[in-house]
Amino acid sequence: MAKAKPTQTEESKGALDSIKRSLRPRIREWRFSLYLMRKSLLALVGIAIVLSIIIIAIFAPVFAPVPPTPPGRDPMIIPQDFQTPVPPGAPKPADIGGGTFLFGSGPLGTDIYYGVIWGSRTSIYISLYVVALAVVVGLVLGAIAGYYGGIVDEALMRITDIFLSVPALILAMAVVAVLTRSLENIMLALTLVWWPPYARIVRGQVLTIKENTYVEAARAVGAKRMRILFRHIVPNSLSPVLVNATMDIGVVVLVAAGLSFIGFGPPTGYAEWGKMVSDGQTYFLSIVNYNGQQLNPWWIWAFPGLFIFLFVMGFNLLGDGLRDILDPRLRR
Amino acid sequence: MRTFIARRLLLLIPVLIGVSVFVFALTRVAGNPAAAYITERMGPQQIAAIEEQYHLNDPVYIQYFYWFNGLIHGDWGYSPTSHLPVTDSIVAFFPATFELSLVSIVIAMVVGIALGTVSAVRRNTPVDHATRIMALAGVSLPIFILGLILQNIFAYRLGWFPLVGRSNDLLYLSSDIHHYTGFLLVDTALNLDATRFWDALMHIALPAITLSFGTIAILTRIMRGSMLEVLGQDYVRTARSKGLPERVVIRRHARKNALIPTTTVVGLAFGGLLGGAVLTETIFAWPGLGFWSAQATLHNDSAAIMGFTMLTAVIYVLVNLIVDVMYAYLDPRVRLD
Repeated sequence: MAKAKPTQTEESKGALDSIKRSLRPRIREWRFSLYLMRKSLLALVGIAIVLSIIIIAIFAPVFAPVPPTPPGRDPMIIPQDFQTPVPPGAPKPADIGGGTFLFGSGPLGTDIYYGVIWGSRTSIYISLYVVALAVVVGLVLGAIAGYYGGIVDEALMRITDIFLSVPALILAMAVVAVLTRSLENIMLALTLVWWPPYARIVRGQVLTIKENTYVEAARAVGAKRMRILFRHIVPNSLSPVLVNATMDIGVVVLVAAGLSFIGFGPPTGYAEWGKMVSDGQTYFLSIVNYNGQQLNPWWIWAFPGLFIFLFVMGFNLLGDGLRDILDPRLRR
Repeated sequence: MRTFIARRLLLLIPVLIGVSVFVFALTRVAGNPAAAYITERMGPQQIAAIEEQYHLNDPVYIQYFYWFNGLIHGDWGYSPTSHLPVTDSIVAFFPATFELSLVSIVIAMVVGIALGTVSAVRRNTPVDHATRIMALAGVSLPIFILGLILQNIFAYRLGWFPLVGRSNDLLYLSSDIHHYTGFLLVDTALNLDATRFWDALMHIALPAITLSFGTIAILTRIMRGSMLEVLGQDYVRTARSKGLPERVVIRRHARKNALIPTTTVVGLAFGGLLGGAVLTETIFAWPGLGFWSAQATLHNDSAAIMGFTMLTAVIYVLVNLIVDVMYAYLDPRVRLD
């Protein structure tokens, strides 16, 4: 009797099983990682901060509703009442939302609370953009350099030498200096100076991994070079990239805020933390009169400053935790 | 050792040429580099003269050649921001930045090494946890916010320190002081001038503390890690078992060896200091390279930007070379071949 042909469902079931089987060790690995994560208090604090900031950014319209007038206003422009700064808790005019200025108001009566909430979107946007682009560029160039070696490698490493011989903030400053002042150009400048460390990391990883027997095995069965590189080598070299990228999300925000603080960022009134801090500095020595009290408006720089601090700290803690978890020498 | 240094110095040349090409390209990509020199009162002839003077009508690679030729001959262009040639500006602003960096690195080393040692010796005690949290805060707190906090509390509210600047100008109305080095702390000390020395010390305190904070955090962390490693070594156990007091074991046997990796970090941190100096000097109106370069970048002063970036690159690569050499000197196991 001829062998019965397996039916369609049996075939797909078999395929599903094999996928499941091949995934099992990975799932076990993830479970273990999650378990390690739960044990580390600092990593948990980091996750909590990061999640809170993401929630604040997503639900910004809920936390700080956009005033209805004028219709079609840009939500990233902070509503203002064009009065002198008032301290936290002072009443807010009805036409820009009513209630109170939770964190006080800044230059020309900009609502600090609103700016801090919506500024989380700006920070996430800048950092994800810069880090994602830097990782992609660094990954591709670093992988090619490490795998092919020779002149390609030499040339690429000398280029990274050049970029790494000037501190990131100063190089980024030189780049933004020749461009017009805007958030987009800060992001462009940061991306330009941010990829070389990733190229270095990936290259180093590829150099060690390509000597492994499984790579040789893939080569022996006739896999194409690009396939070996991007299917077998690169995925196994990702953990240090992931750790660095996590921490860099915080660092990018730090440097971007610094550039914005010096004066390369968006104009006053845009929801960006670094700019808000620098606005606070212009009020540093001034006194505002509020209900007969003489106040120094510390709240203009303190609240956005606190949020920059929390953002950077959250990603640092998370990255630190990830490193302990992903480094095989540090686990078990 | 000598061949190692020579080879490393030779390798620096292509890197620095690369930086110069990059920086030059930047200033030519966007806008007219003559813009910074042209004022509203100039006629077309004067503008043409300026373009002629800076070779702006030649092809770009010729322009680069002229610029690079000037660079190695000490003609780095003119900075409208400081109303001085770039080289003179660097000479004028460098001592202030160097003095600030030096004081802050000394603060960072003293505090960082002490905290790291204590943290490692009293591992997993409240002291250790507090130190780690502080170190973490140190790398997460933007330097300009720390500066603002210190300035607001200690200078503005309490009035213990001056708000901005490097010295009280009123003290320098009469010029009976001899500037030997350009470092105010050193010069006033050499002149045995207690009033001005105190003034300089008070002025440098807040900016130096601000600048050192991030480095303290990094140093504490590295020091703790390497101290923990050293404390687990056999020779430390030997020292303990022959009955040496714990204090001696830690100071003489453990800490000395734990300092080796820390020295490399000091060198790397120096780059961070140069970057941080831009922000710190901007906050405290400290008349140094960082303040000048921030002003220059805001005013499209391309000669100053190029000069400052080149200078930073030179300092940074040289410091890293010195660190590598020092590392080999301190740790006989390292061979420089």
